[in-house]
Amino acid sequence: MNFDFSDDQKQLRDQARKFLAEKCSSKAVRVVLDGKAPYDKELWKGLAEMGFLGVAIPEEFGGAGAGHLELCVIAEEMGRANAPVPFSSTVYLAAEALLIAGSDAQKKKWLPAIASGEAIGTLALFEGKGNPAPKNVKLTAASGVLNGVKKPVADGAIADFAVVAARTGSGGRDSDISLFLVDLKAGGVEVKSLTNLDPTRGQAEITFKDCKAEPLGSAGEGWSILTRMLDRAAVLCAFEQVGGADRALEMGRDYALDRIAFGRQIGSFQAIKHMLADMYVSATLARSNSYYGAWALSTNAAELPEAAAAARISATQAFQHCAKNNIQVHGGMGFTWEFDCHMYYRRANAMALGLGSLSYWEDQLIERMRRKNAA
Amino acid sequence: MNFDDTPQEAAFRETARQWIAANAPKELEEELSKSSLGRIRLAKHDMVEVGKAWQKKKAEGGWACLHWPKEYGGRGATPIERVIWQQEEGVYGKLTQPFQIGEGMCGPTVMAWGSEDAKRRYLPKLASGEEIWCQLFSEPSAGSDVAGLRTRAEKKGDVWVVNGQKIWTSGAHYSDYGLLIARTDPNVPKHKGLTMFFLDMKSPGVEVRPIRQANGMQEFNEVYFTDVVISDSQRLGAVGEGWSVSLTTLMNERMSIGARLATGVPEMFEFCSNLMLEDGLAIDDPAVRSKLASWAVKSSGLKYTSYRAISALSKGERPGPENSIGKLVSGMMLQDIATYAMDLQGAAGVLTGSDEETVHGQFQQMLLSSPSMRIAGGTDEILRNIIAERVLGLPGDIRVDKDVPYNKIPTKGR
Repeated sequence: MNFDFSDDQKQLRDQARKFLAEKCSSKAVRVVLDGKAPYDKELWKGLAEMGFLGVAIPEEFGGAGAGHLELCVIAEEMGRANAPVPFSSTVYLAAEALLIAGSDAQKKKWLPAIASGEAIGTLALFEGKGNPAPKNVKLTAASGVLNGVKKPVADGAIADFAVVAARTGSGGRDSDISLFLVDLKAGGVEVKSLTNLDPTRGQAEITFKDCKAEPLGSAGEGWSILTRMLDRAAVLCAFEQVGGADRALEMGRDYALDRIAFGRQIGSFQAIKHMLADMYVSATLARSNSYYGAWALSTNAAELPEAAAAARISATQAFQHCAKNNIQVHGGMGFTWEFDCHMYYRRANAMALGLGSLSYWEDQLIERMRRKNAA
Repeated sequence: MNFDDTPQEAAFRETARQWIAANAPKELEEELSKSSLGRIRLAKHDMVEVGKAWQKKKAEGGWACLHWPKEYGGRGATPIERVIWQQEEGVYGKLTQPFQIGEGMCGPTVMAWGSEDAKRRYLPKLASGEEIWCQLFSEPSAGSDVAGLRTRAEKKGDVWVVNGQKIWTSGAHYSDYGLLIARTDPNVPKHKGLTMFFLDMKSPGVEVRPIRQANGMQEFNEVYFTDVVISDSQRLGAVGEGWSVSLTTLMNERMSIGARLATGVPEMFEFCSNLMLEDGLAIDDPAVRSKLASWAVKSSGLKYTSYRAISALSKGERPGPENSIGKLVSGMMLQDIATYAMDLQGAAGVLTGSDEETVHGQFQQMLLSSPSMRIAGGTDEILRNIIAERVLGLPGDIRVDKDVPYNKIPTKGR
């Protein structure tokens, strides 16, 4: 059994960690947090130069052609560093959508631009409240034009193109939904930035008015493509969440060692020790579930839907748990803007909703386990 | 990243598989596979008897305590081969229950601290199941703080005379030998006055009494010592070095990687898939789904955590500390699952008989037994301390009795 990343992949992780420690300091993240820039352009450029944006994009489309295990280790580091760049929207969602369903021309147009850092992509799925479901897609597509409003769209205000879920049938069936590719810089699109929990990652409302769009994949196949996209993104996001959880745990541990109260390190009090031990437990469970997700993703295994849901749930819980208790370990200082604790708290809770809420994925996991048991 | 054996591992697995297919007591397979929670009970057989038969057969085939050196009754197998064996042994592994304390704790302690004569005399018989060992550490007033134990061993000439009481001794009533830690000097701080021995459980003055547990069952014992004489040749390690010796034992207790702890998740999934609530099947209820999903990912998280440890073994590396989370997670989960299953049963949940509504009371049994899962082998709190101190590097507890002579430590809270 070799249920671990290879030495080369671990080396890549070290390389990514070193790069991010240098280019994505807390100070750099705070430029975006404080609204002084919509995202970190320098970092984005650097990620492209390092080959990280195209790590899982085949060489023929301008990527490094490495694979999804390599992408997982980079994702973990992106989460650790709380990177203020549209990595998940562009790489886990837009690029993956193109790889799954894009025509050769579409791939040639967008994938090299993603790998080189020239194009930012995103998924426009949600329309207000609710979780991913065909019935929640109201935006219509007819005669090649889209009409409707999507919100929230992650990184929508800085994206160059979007994969848009649109209604092409009248019911709530999977086959009533199709996907479209929209150049957001062309006409028929109105973009408005929205304030959100995690200002280091923008959210937007995008209104499509008779907007020209080209189909992505076959008509009526939208939901099945989308489901695969979400599963793949769930695994990749889980690695970001695991990275974030680990970082939050480390911050808490370090503070517990540094801070003196009642004449001793607060890390010597069992109330604090046990809280940190429980954080370690969540983070470990999440990491192990995510490794299984990584295996399923990288081998395109039949187990992917179940593995992705398990990784998603476990990593969401772990990141929320660690980020929340990291603040608690810090006490009052943890509630200041100055300390970084809240950045992870914000990111953890925003990420918990991005691909569908925790309860959505819990529902999905049970449904998928049942299906497997019945088979 | 893959789940495949290396060619050597695959060859080893095939050898083990063939031997098991030819030798395992297949008539017990069905009954063994059904008993997934708690202690194993066989309708027509005595557990120790059938266990001994299987262990003897394994020893003859070279499969007993296979990671031990050959001269002490093992096979000289690598850690990963041991894990592969456990995977292949499958349900028959449950038959090894009477020998687990010996194999996992007493044997390694004798191996690390015993004389060559003692190792050759005792270990092969322990490995083959001919002689069963138990561990005599916990006392009524020394549980988590086992170094605070009171059982006395006093040197009289060439021998030691032991007086005191141990508790929570699994299998004491069928054990041949016991690993005993006792206080040999009460005038020095508690960790420094302890010494390790082993003794014949049939020695005069040893009395084994079953304990009636909170769940109504009797699985453990109290062991009383009245002027029990132990030869000095049955001492392990130096006088006063007992605490260091005990750490060998306890480390081994926490090292068992292949061991899969019951979580209650498969039983709960099955139960919810069949239970009709007023609005339909329980498993279709979002609240039920949410809880089930949280438990399911804990259970899968534990499974893949052990796979990570196995992978480290396979590469010849030492597994990381991740595995220390197993009992902490599964113990709490069992209790939570039992409580929730009964909540779903509503009024009938109070019944503990063989009622159909309660699936023969399996969750009721789980509820009543689960507190012990959170205590035995290190309480949840001790396990959290271990994770905090050894994994996260947080400071140890402030020990107010650290430098106080044992006989000056207060014995009553008020």
